[in-house]
Amino acid sequence: MSERIELFKEKAKLVSALVSEVASMGEAFEYAMDLCEKKEACQLLMSGCGEAVSDPAKDLCDAKQRKVVAAPNLSEEDFAKLQALCAAKDFDCIREGMRKHLAGIDIGVTVCQGGIAETGSLMLESSDEEVRLATMVAEYHVAVLPKSAIQATSYDLESELAKRLGNGPSYTALITGASRTADIERVLALGVHGPLELHILLLEG
Amino acid sequence: MQSAKDLKEYRAELRESLDNEFLRKTLDTFAVAYRAGRANAFKGIDVKTLIAEIAQSKDEAAARMDELFEEFKKKAEAVGVTVHLAKDGDEANRIIGEIAQKSGCKKIVKSKSMTAEETLLNHHLEDIGLEVTETDLGEWIIQLRHEGPTHMVMPAIHLSRYQVADLFGDVTGKKQESDIEKLVKVARRELRRKYAEADMGISGANFCVAETGTIGIVTNEGNARLVTTLPRVHVALAGLDKLTPTLHDALRVIKALPKNATGQAITSYVTWITGANECKAAPDGKKEMHVVFLDNGRRALAKDPIFKEVLRCVRCGACANVCPVYRLVGGHKMGHIYIGAIGLILTYFFHGRDKARNLVQNCINCGACEDICAGGIHLPRLIKEIHARIQDEEGHPLKSVLLGKVLANRKLFHRLLKAARWAQAPVKEKNGYLRHLPMVFSKEQDFRALPAIADKAFRDLWPHLKPEVANPKHTVALFSGCVQDFVYPDQLAAAMRSFEGRDVAVDFPMDQSCCGLPAQMMGETKAARDVARQNIRAFEEGGAQYVLCSCASCASQLKHAYPKLLEGDKVWEPRARAFAEKVIDYSSFMHDVLKVEPKQFQDKGRKVTYHAPCHLCRGLGVKEAPRELMRTAGLDYQPCNEEEVCCGFGGTFSMKFPELSAQLLSKKLADAEATGAEELLTDCPGCIMQLRGGVEAAGLSIKVRHIAEAVAEQRKK
Ligand code: SF4
Ligand code: SF4
Repeated sequence: MSERIELFKEKAKLVSALVSEVASMGEAFEYAMDLCEKKEACQLLMSGCGEAVSDPAKDLCDAKQRKVVAAPNLSEEDFAKLQALCAAKDFDCIREGMRKHLAGIDIGVTVCQGGIAETGSLMLESSDEEVRLATMVAEYHVAVLPKSAIQATSYDLESELAKRLGNGPSYTALITGASRTADIERVLALGVHGPLELHILLLEG
Repeated sequence: MQSAKDLKEYRAELRESLDNEFLRKTLDTFAVAYRAGRANAFKGIDVKTLIAEIAQSKDEAAARMDELFEEFKKKAEAVGVTVHLAKDGDEANRIIGEIAQKSGCKKIVKSKSMTAEETLLNHHLEDIGLEVTETDLGEWIIQLRHEGPTHMVMPAIHLSRYQVADLFGDVTGKKQESDIEKLVKVARRELRRKYAEADMGISGANFCVAETGTIGIVTNEGNARLVTTLPRVHVALAGLDKLTPTLHDALRVIKALPKNATGQAITSYVTWITGANECKAAPDGKKEMHVVFLDNGRRALAKDPIFKEVLRCVRCGACANVCPVYRLVGGHKMGHIYIGAIGLILTYFFHGRDKARNLVQNCINCGACEDICAGGIHLPRLIKEIHARIQDEEGHPLKSVLLGKVLANRKLFHRLLKAARWAQAPVKEKNGYLRHLPMVFSKEQDFRALPAIADKAFRDLWPHLKPEVANPKHTVALFSGCVQDFVYPDQLAAAMRSFEGRDVAVDFPMDQSCCGLPAQMMGETKAARDVARQNIRAFEEGGAQYVLCSCASCASQLKHAYPKLLEGDKVWEPRARAFAEKVIDYSSFMHDVLKVEPKQFQDKGRKVTYHAPCHLCRGLGVKEAPRELMRTAGLDYQPCNEEEVCCGFGGTFSMKFPELSAQLLSKKLADAEATGAEELLTDCPGCIMQLRGGVEAAGLSIKVRHIAEAVAEQRKK
């Protein structure tokens, strides 16, 4: 098991994911708070607000004035905890209404259902539209992955994945690293449509 | 896209690409980086087995295409998806247009789909008044430039950051910097608005899993997730070849596809969608979802005994990445919509003979694509087959018919060669080259000198050279091939000298003829089959253990093409197989059979480098034998850069496309010279003709020789 976790870490880092270990959900939330706080004050700078975009594209920016943390798939209880932490820092904390935030949010926090060590991938149940959007419009995606959910290879995850897909409607994602492109001169650029950074928090147990 | 009317126009287009220095440089850097990246990604993985498994599972899926379609339809419809089947591109486009109109959609966002490129979907949607935006960065760029993709995976690889900055300047109405990261962010921003406004999303699908009615989409940018989430209607367009029985089949392909495409272990996103999912923009909170399957010849293809394997293609683009011709001219010239090796084949089936006619000749038959294909498709062979098919349909050009006729009649062919020896006399120089190229060759052939036909053919020298071996341990029959027989008989003589004292009995069957490869390359399949029978018969008589062939091209033709050419023929197929079994190349015979040792050679340490002939290193899979033989023979072997890349000969290819051949040749010679070696060794007389001719024309000092000549000379006397 510990070998599998080491391999997962190694492979996730290869695709520029940032991997840490946390002992509890509380620790994970603190990590997210910290990240949000340190993040540039001028929101969404990295998504292109600072660039010379067209006027209509600019309008989208005006929709956002405060830092936003979205956490659509937490339990009621966990969400309440996160919300309290956000309130103390004066961040907005939301679990729905992602469509109102298409200009971007700062941090998307999710709990993942599976991992693949061989490639450092996450499996994220995304049938809830809010989950899909939160992980795409966020500049940073903070994904909590229970260590016990990490399988060695994609084949080991297969029966679980097949079960999900076979009981549709279902929308499931395998996510490996941040959104990326190499379409201009083959130079790697992160965050083309989705998150600029992927932080994976490996949760004990 | 391919629009040239004839080969002449096509060549003019190719020259344009050759003059595009940015393109050339980009493709060169890419080709080198790609090879390293891929090797790294596959480290520790048994690639051969993985590819064989993919091939088998794709073949099985193709054989069950209709059944899988029904199963997928049933499963997907049970979870709220409408499934359509379009017989051709027009019908697919019409279906999608109607879906948009019926549901009142005006604005469409699209994530990358080769199938939609195949049907020219955007044109149709725009014609009926819809706004379509490509969201994949590369696709968006080429859409804004009104171009087609130049690579399956990297559609805008032909453009520089400056071109993109100018383009984005026009789009945003603001001046843009050429910093790539900034440009990517501008695109992110501009496209975000498009997602927000769109009411319909169109995606492709890499997999359509029948057992669950699921589509799987592989992307790096993640745009497919937004395209399939934000708009209230989602249409996925997929070729019937994307149907796969189980999730396992798809996961297996995912193990190879990203590695083969870009050297990534897996793409950033693999998205699995079953059924009509939640969509808050839809009136009932549920997505309106359609899957449109495209036939466009795929069902017929699945039944074609020869070409069904093209349905194994997973669209990784690797066959273009390694193709030396693609590397020179890029995808706009090396394909119509699908590019690279697979493009040459698919163009014929999906876009018709008119578009394929010229393209299909632009393959040098180096085998690099087949070697790397994720589906194990026999690409060069199929390209040749298409060429032959087009000629059968349109009538064979006179040149090709004549060549076929001549080659099929050994006595006539050899008489002509002997006559040519007299005819060349006035232009022959002392150094063995033709001073002026005969009239049939154009000026463009000047990049290399052509050798004169030898005064005495090997077959005429044979009676004097035939060795007497009292107690033979090995019996060998020599297959000379035309070039060694009539131009370079010394190479065969040298090979024989290197066997001396090792109890090898050698025979030279007089009825042997050309191996038939040139005929096959020209599309003269019948002639190729005739010479195959003739050669097999000639070699059966002596009953030697080995058919030794020191020409790599001939050897791979004898070994692999003969059994294929005679497949299904009750009498000849087994004979061809038995014959093919015996075929061996010079280096393998020396190294694996005679097991020569260093003590049998002098140790002078002359510096040599090596060119690995395509038909040896890939065609026959012989990689180590020649390299070890050089070392064993006491030569100081210095590997050269890109040793296994084609030298540009390709038989008739170098006559048809001299500009391309010249480029490949000069690259090869530059790499060889860079090693500082005195000699460049190789084991194919065709390559030698090309390389020596290039050295002579460019006045270089490096000496080009057959490996047998160097080895024979190193023997301890
Ligand atoms: S055989 Fe060589 S030249 Fe022909 S398509 Fe394949 S890689 Fe290109
Ligand atoms: S033919 Fe083979 S190498 Fe080329 S794109 Fe298809 S799978 Fe990839």
